[in-house]
Amino acid sequence: MKEILEYIGMAFILIGGIFLFLGALGILRMPDLYTRLQAGTKASTLGAMSTILGVGFLHPEWFLKIAIIVIFIGVANPLSSHALARASYRKGVIPFSKSGIDKYKKAVKKQNKKVSS
Amino acid sequence: MNIIYIIVFTLMGIGITISMIRFVKGPRSGDRAIALDTLSIIITASMVLLAHVFERYIYIDVALIYGVLGFVGIIVIARYIEGAL
Repeated sequence: MKEILEYIGMAFILIGGIFLFLGALGILRMPDLYTRLQAGTKASTLGAMSTILGVGFLHPEWFLKIAIIVIFIGVANPLSSHALARASYRKGVIPFSKSGIDKYKKAVKKQNKKVSS
Repeated sequence: MNIIYIIVFTLMGIGITISMIRFVKGPRSGDRAIALDTLSIIITASMVLLAHVFERYIYIDVALIYGVLGFVGIIVIARYIEGAL
C-alpha cells in the first residue's frame, strides 16, 4: 500500500514540475500581456497544485496543512490574475488580436456611464 | 527515486530564471507583476518539495505564509495599477 502511494506521489510531482516549467516558458514567449497572464496563471496553478498534492501522497500525516495550501492556491491565484487583467485593461493596454473583437470595451463603457450619471 | 527530485528541481530553477528575465525585461508594469506572481507560485511549490526532501515539517508553514503574502502583494499592485489606491 505504501509503495503504491509513493509511485502516485512521484508521478504527481513530475507532472507538476513539467507544468511549472511550461508556465514560465509561456511567460517568456507569449506576445502580449493578456496571453502571458493566461499562460502564466493557468499552467502554474496546475503545476503548483499537482506538486503539493504529490508531497501529500508521500507523507499522509501532513495531509491537513497540505490540503489547506492546495485550496488556498486554487482560490487565490485566479483571483489575482483577474484583478491584474481588469486593472491593466482599465489602464489602457490594448489586447493583441488579429480578428479585432473586443467585447469588454462595451461593458466598460456602460459601467462608466452608470457611475457618472 | 532520487533522479525525479533532480529533474523537478532543475525544471523549477529554469522556470525561476525565465520569469526573472521577464521581470527585468517586461515593457509595462503589468508584465512585471505577472512575472512576480509566477515566481511566488514556483517558490511556494519548491518550498513544499524541500520540506519533503529535508524531512522538515516547519517548511510547510513557510510555504503557506509565502503564498498568502504573495497573493496580498499582487492584489495591492493590481489596485495600484488601476489607480484606485
